[in-house]
Amino acid sequence: MTNILTGIGTFSLNALQNAGRGSMLLLDIVMQMPQMWRMRKEISNQMHIVAVGSMPLIITTSIFVGAVTAVQAVYQMQAYVPMKFLGTVISKSVFIELGPVLVALVVGGRLCANYAAELGTMKVTEQIDALEMLAIDPMRHLAMPRFVATFLMMPIITIFADAIAIFSGYLVSIGTMDVTASTFKEGLLAFFEMKDLLSGLIKAFFFGAIIAMSGLFFGLNTRGGAEGVGNATMMAVVGSCVSVLVADYFLATILFQIIFGD
Amino acid sequence: MERLHDIPLPDFSVDDPASSDGIVLQGLTKTFQDRKVLDGLDFTINRGETVVIIGRSGEGKSVLLKHIVRLLTPEMGHVWIDGEEITDMGKRNLFEVRKRFGMLFQGAALFDSLTICENVGLGLKWQGGLSEEEIHERACTCLAQVGLSQVEDKLPSQLSGGMKKRAGLARAIAMQPDYILYDEPTTGLDPITSDAINDLILQLQSELNVTSIVVTHDMASAFKVADRLAMISTGKIIYAASVDETRDTDHPMVRQFIDGSAQGPLDVF
Repeated sequence: MTNILTGIGTFSLNALQNAGRGSMLLLDIVMQMPQMWRMRKEISNQMHIVAVGSMPLIITTSIFVGAVTAVQAVYQMQAYVPMKFLGTVISKSVFIELGPVLVALVVGGRLCANYAAELGTMKVTEQIDALEMLAIDPMRHLAMPRFVATFLMMPIITIFADAIAIFSGYLVSIGTMDVTASTFKEGLLAFFEMKDLLSGLIKAFFFGAIIAMSGLFFGLNTRGGAEGVGNATMMAVVGSCVSVLVADYFLATILFQIIFGD
Repeated sequence: MERLHDIPLPDFSVDDPASSDGIVLQGLTKTFQDRKVLDGLDFTINRGETVVIIGRSGEGKSVLLKHIVRLLTPEMGHVWIDGEEITDMGKRNLFEVRKRFGMLFQGAALFDSLTICENVGLGLKWQGGLSEEEIHERACTCLAQVGLSQVEDKLPSQLSGGMKKRAGLARAIAMQPDYILYDEPTTGLDPITSDAINDLILQLQSELNVTSIVVTHDMASAFKVADRLAMISTGKIIYAASVDETRDTDHPMVRQFIDGSAQGPLDVF
């Protein structure tokens, strides 16, 4: 019993300590925001890594997300719902949930691993200390550009992924199911609401922040050698995925029950 | 056999650290996972001297070095640099103090995505005030000072261990510091390269007239470069004296360390 209580106490203390350190890291990054113009070249490099580097992954994922959504929607609707609503189901699923969440999980995994491994290696090989010794602030030169790039590019990637997924769903629907192009388009446009797209983009901003923070936090707090870098990378990816799913619930509640609720 | 608590510790107290030149460390305490690595450590380093800090692995030599430039912050105690207390200093002022320091890290800590020339010139680039050509010229001069030429455009991964250390040293002196900190400068190098690094430390000392603090457990290196030797054990500086005094010392711990003997007051495990 004592062991269990000790375990719970230690876990809670660690969680609180990490929350505090994470908040301090976020504050440090925000304090560096006025230097964004000075760091524009590095931010632009990071944007390239976030967006262009993720494109093959995004295109592949989105094609299959759209395709599987179409197949499963047809299966679930066939006995109860007219097929003219197929476009509606696919677009709403993609805009509101599948686009932002799957992009956050897939791109998040890639970016978190990248940030945590890169910064973790810099940390254990004393390169971050070396930056400090050259009077170069790692928050300004390493953390802030990655955070800003991820935060700004995630919604753009999400729009791109949404478009590919819907187009892929459209092709699968008219190519392999008994659905015509005009029926699909009719359903797609009939119930399209701007708030569906907006809610997905708002989620994407938050997910971008979560992904960047997870990678940066675990990377900058890496200890030990190769094992430490491995652990930091794993924790960053797991932390990012779990945080995205938890945040998705809270964001959905806030967006659809408070902000966009009727 | 004499134990540490039987031997009086040297007194490094300074009446007015705010008006002292050099580095004054007062009561530094640092704990890692319930282990007190620094335990109320006091020490002073005068301007212009080369102090070598010796001690067994894990005794806190590198930790001490990182406290001097606040890469680590003490739980208790104070660090004074030329009369400025840095333990509670804001980031901007701290960076100004750090500009007076160069540091050679144990593994050289070169930025692996940058060329050697970019590594050496990085601090100058972000400090501002110099053109690209001037930075390149200064970087080449520093590389020449440490005996490296024709490597400006190479990546750190293309250099040997000794060359990396020299490139790290070139980066440390590029900002024309008043103090240079050396963290295990000869560790992992063959004896000939180690001696070349020692010569380089001496050469920089005479050419640049800097204050040097060298952390090592390589006694040949320590005797060659030091003006004064200090030994750290159990979180405190337990001994400090000139090289000549140290050679003939009868301080049991220092004697055991110099002789490299497993028998003596210092615990082996």
